[in-house]
Amino acid sequence: MNNKLYGNLIFELSKEGRIGYSLPGNNFGNYEIPTSMCRAEDAALPECDELTVVRHYTNLSNNNFGVDTGFYPLGSCTMKYNPKINEEMAALPQFQNLHPEQPAETMKGAEKLISILEHHLCELTGLAHFTFKPYAGAHGELTGLMVIDNYHRSRGDLQRKKVIVPDSAHGTNPASAAVCGLEIIEVKSQADGTVDLEDLKRLVEQEKDNIAAMMMTNPNTLGLFEKSIPEIATLIHDCGGLMYYDGANLNPMLGVCRPGDMGFDVMHINLHKTFSTPHGGGGPGSGPVGVREGLQEFFPFVSPYNGNFAVMMRAFAYILSLGKEYVKKVGPLATLNANYIKESLKDVYELPIDTMCCHEFVFDGLKDKSTGVTTMDVAKRLLDYGYHAPTIYFPLLFHESLMIEPTENESKETLDAFIAVMRKIAEEAKTNPDEVKSAPHNTPIGRVDDVLAAKHPVTTYRQLKAEL
Amino acid sequence: MAKVIEGLYYSESHEYVKVEGNIGIIGITDYAQKALGNVVYVDMPEVDDEVEAGAEFGAVESVKAASDLYSPVSGTVVEVNEALEDAPELINQDAYANWIIKVEMSDESELENLMDAAAYEAFCEKEGH
Repeated sequence: MNNKLYGNLIFELSKEGRIGYSLPGNNFGNYEIPTSMCRAEDAALPECDELTVVRHYTNLSNNNFGVDTGFYPLGSCTMKYNPKINEEMAALPQFQNLHPEQPAETMKGAEKLISILEHHLCELTGLAHFTFKPYAGAHGELTGLMVIDNYHRSRGDLQRKKVIVPDSAHGTNPASAAVCGLEIIEVKSQADGTVDLEDLKRLVEQEKDNIAAMMMTNPNTLGLFEKSIPEIATLIHDCGGLMYYDGANLNPMLGVCRPGDMGFDVMHINLHKTFSTPHGGGGPGSGPVGVREGLQEFFPFVSPYNGNFAVMMRAFAYILSLGKEYVKKVGPLATLNANYIKESLKDVYELPIDTMCCHEFVFDGLKDKSTGVTTMDVAKRLLDYGYHAPTIYFPLLFHESLMIEPTENESKETLDAFIAVMRKIAEEAKTNPDEVKSAPHNTPIGRVDDVLAAKHPVTTYRQLKAEL
Repeated sequence: MAKVIEGLYYSESHEYVKVEGNIGIIGITDYAQKALGNVVYVDMPEVDDEVEAGAEFGAVESVKAASDLYSPVSGTVVEVNEALEDAPELINQDAYANWIIKVEMSDESELENLMDAAAYEAFCEKEGH
């Protein structure tokens, strides 16, 4: 790697007048472009030859970290391996070259694929119908809440505008409810991180006819299975509300139990998480929404097209590759891997809730807090050892949250190596805390100033140049 | 150990009120600023806005998280700490000197629902480090 030169910004590699292409002569005459639509000055584009461009971007890609390069225990994100056969299937030209506006009768194959995928998702979740329009998880949440809102409106139940959300919920839950014009009420967690039934009863009593729905993810954000779901569902249904399942943590339930059987009426699935399609770095996602029989007529119009079709193809390939037999192993193996790491580290990392977890769990920093080494430092130090950092400072229930989700894919050897490094860092925190606090040392870029980056982000080359 | 000052009133969501006449000077506690880490932005209401006890009146953003601010008392905002707009880190330097808003209290009896220094110290102890 020659990061020194080619790792510079593409603008810094630019040489005025350098051109990496030659265009053929114009045989078609000139278009008259109205001056009002012309740029006043040339676009500030870099001028490079093709080889420089290739080296620049290849070097950048070498700095990338993905599940194909190493262990990626980013809690709450389900960074499972994306089998290559998914890519092969999604690249089939018969599908890849479809255009959403081409005549419907020429897209029978795609339609059929979606309908079989819907059948599989219904089987796996216990719900009756899915819409594939939502483009990602939060879009799915919004779509699902619109279903619920439409349902209440259809019955003239117009005052049902409140959504109960646990205080440990993903931030997207209250955000989606707010975008949907609904009001959020928070229900407390008990010491073990699960929903406080007494607090919920109080809220239900208080708000009865105003409750549109309760949103839950199960297992919850601490990776703990909510044991009182049937009671919660009865409480909410009895007062006229619906149960919404946030599919973010569906992975450990895959093949073991189903949201539909637990009393959930509406849910979204993050195909990009549970069904193994590439994600991170902002997409592409896919957030199909499933509903109980009778609610399908309330699907809102959220897009004229069927979401990210290529993501659905990958998810479809994944489901078919696993088959009925192996899909049942996803949840149990994800659960086993997480518990194995948790039990192997809980003597050196603070485990606030010492119980069986599902696919992920949360430490509250190092057990020995006297060294001053924080969760942020541990996460940075992990980069030195070639691991992606876990999720940190989420959930907000603890001050030093460090959330680990290994997924079902990892071998015992990988888990053992990770555990050894985590133990080594805990040891370093005592023997050489400064080394940990100033990490990372072995990455192309060292410890970044995140305060400055948050307060004063420099996001364009022009801005950078202006400030130099 | 987080600093707690005698004579102030404290809420469970870690705001304090310092009372001067019928004015409540509201900010976040030292415990809260420590838990949040480096503060990068403070979202404040405007002068003349009404605040309600227990209701959200703004937010503090740190590199770790964004946290809503809840007013410990009801009343009308008479002043906001404009220095925090350019220098939110003042809260990390001294959370008690760098208050967020001043409120003309509409119901001073609400102060009775808040904790005193000793009770707040015990409350933080229970919440953990």
